[in-house]
Amino acid sequence: MYQFSNRFRLVTFVLMALGLLGLGYGFLSAPSTVDEAKAMMAAGHDEHSSGHGDESHQSDAHVEDTHDYHLEEAVVAEADHHEEEGHQEEAAHAEAGHEADYSSGHGAEQAHGSHDASHDQHMLDQMKNRPWSAFYVAALFSFLIALGVLAFYAIQRASQAGWSPLLFRVMEGITAYLIPGAAILFLFFVLSSMHLNHLFVWMDADVVAHDKLIQNKSGYLNSPFFLLRALFFMGGWIFYRQLSRKYSLAQDLATDDSNFVKNFRWSAGFLAFFLVTESMMSWDWIMSVDPHWFSTLFGWYVFASFFVSGITTIALVTMYLKSKGYLEIINNSHIHDLAKFMFGISIFWTYLWFSQFMLIWYADIPEEVTYYVMRFENYKVPFFGMLVLNFIFPLLVLMRSDYKRVNWFIQVTGIVILFGHYMDFFNMIMPGTVGAYWGFGIAELGGILFFAGLFLYVIFTALTKTPLTPKRNPLIEESKHFHY
Amino acid sequence: MATKLIRALYTDDDILMNAVKAVKEKKLHIEEVYTPFPVHGLDKALGLEDTRISAAAFLYGCLGLSVAITMMNYIMIQDWPQDIGGKPSFSFFLNMPAFVPVMFEMTVFFAAHLMVITFYLRSRMWPFKEAENPDVRTTDDHFLMEVALKGDLKELQEFLLDTGAVEVQIPKNNE
Repeated sequence: MYQFSNRFRLVTFVLMALGLLGLGYGFLSAPSTVDEAKAMMAAGHDEHSSGHGDESHQSDAHVEDTHDYHLEEAVVAEADHHEEEGHQEEAAHAEAGHEADYSSGHGAEQAHGSHDASHDQHMLDQMKNRPWSAFYVAALFSFLIALGVLAFYAIQRASQAGWSPLLFRVMEGITAYLIPGAAILFLFFVLSSMHLNHLFVWMDADVVAHDKLIQNKSGYLNSPFFLLRALFFMGGWIFYRQLSRKYSLAQDLATDDSNFVKNFRWSAGFLAFFLVTESMMSWDWIMSVDPHWFSTLFGWYVFASFFVSGITTIALVTMYLKSKGYLEIINNSHIHDLAKFMFGISIFWTYLWFSQFMLIWYADIPEEVTYYVMRFENYKVPFFGMLVLNFIFPLLVLMRSDYKRVNWFIQVTGIVILFGHYMDFFNMIMPGTVGAYWGFGIAELGGILFFAGLFLYVIFTALTKTPLTPKRNPLIEESKHFHY
Repeated sequence: MATKLIRALYTDDDILMNAVKAVKEKKLHIEEVYTPFPVHGLDKALGLEDTRISAAAFLYGCLGLSVAITMMNYIMIQDWPQDIGGKPSFSFFLNMPAFVPVMFEMTVFFAAHLMVITFYLRSRMWPFKEAENPDVRTTDDHFLMEVALKGDLKELQEFLLDTGAVEVQIPKNNE
């Protein structure tokens, strides 16, 4: 039985407290009126407001302004300019973009007339979004790590893998976070649908009234259906988690393998359910912050990101427990296998990331390419830095077979990978919610610390509940003798 | 004269693995083991050095990547720039995403082919080469271990039979 040491428990509490302070600071320091927002921009971000006049326009690209199309057009015009350096007609391009009448039903002049006021309001909304987004990215990421572990666990169950049963208790411990994680996320969605924040612009009736594209999607993208789906997804995942855990524990005391077989069947069923719901979850919770934009492989891409984070977490928790003298039966080969998964899924993630990027980059369709223009223009460091952390770093570091057996090596790499995929989610959410007014400051750090603390507290508490080694799993002998 | 090599034949890879460990424990020298298929863990039991082919593969991959970059840069940027999909190719960097699939494929192509060629050369294999395995049954269902003779022949023969060998051959002379 694992003992959650008091010192470690204290560390998790300190993390949570620091995180709450950071998040609280973020909420308190967010502007509440347009004037305040303007003052903050003038004081702190001069380079933003004066240097790149168009930047703030780009952040408008996806939302609420009535002249949305014109702005998107302007963005694309500028994108063209940036990508084809031969062109020297920036001014002409941008101008043309503004004037080109896409005429989809809403008067251009009228829109231009109200431009300044609506723009200011928009800037305020985005700045107010920042602490909410900082909270949301961390809440979502920690929940998805647990979900990635659940998917990995179900795959082990469904494939009846022989090497991994020794790790089942660790995985079950990590998936214990699904319940508090889901509760927090759901509460967050409810608050969003009550318009306490402006993350999901399609929840705002005013925006939808002036936006033809969102109107077309409102049969799917509306608050009640969104919340209902979230309940359905979370309910299904948690149901499987609890059921599988129950069978897993019952198997230890059973005299036959019937619980094992039931677990196998439910896991296979869960994977089918998961495949569909995971994809829809990624549209709902992530893609819908950019409601005009769409990508068909987005679900896979998101999955790869949190799947590799989940596997990394399994490896880190396992090595931590081992370093404390538990799980002594786990040998280098188990760690090696986890590291191979970390390596392989990192490459898989890159493959999906690039597949999504290259098609959009090449086709250069205005409504698609704005997504990347936004990131290229305003998110250079997190966007490209995340690629280095998630692809080049694991590629070079984890390639060698021997290194996958060196514990401290995997630990360092694992932490880098986790941070890299946090940045990946940061890049998915922030550009759609805070636009050009992003930053990585106390609020974001607070979000990370709070959820890291909560996550560790929940999973290590869950790990104390049962012995760390399953007793009567029919594959346990194979797992114990696993060597490579 | 080289030491005499005694051949012990086995019909099961598990028995062979245990035999290898037993022979190693007796500090006898194993010259070579012939198996019909790769036996998991045999290299470690024999105490063979790790293969260096992975390092070679990495270098070959780097070579392939460099060739691809040079090639794409020459073909698509310098020699004959074209405007494909509204993206005039005046700079390698800006057109790079379009070249990534080629860069990837060339990396894999170089690594895979050169690795196979290296492996054949290193194993001294080429077309029409005579097989080196002393007993043709090692290509079917038998495992053969060559042990250098040390001490008494009879004793060694007994010992090998005890480890589970189905047959022990004592060649007249080793060429």
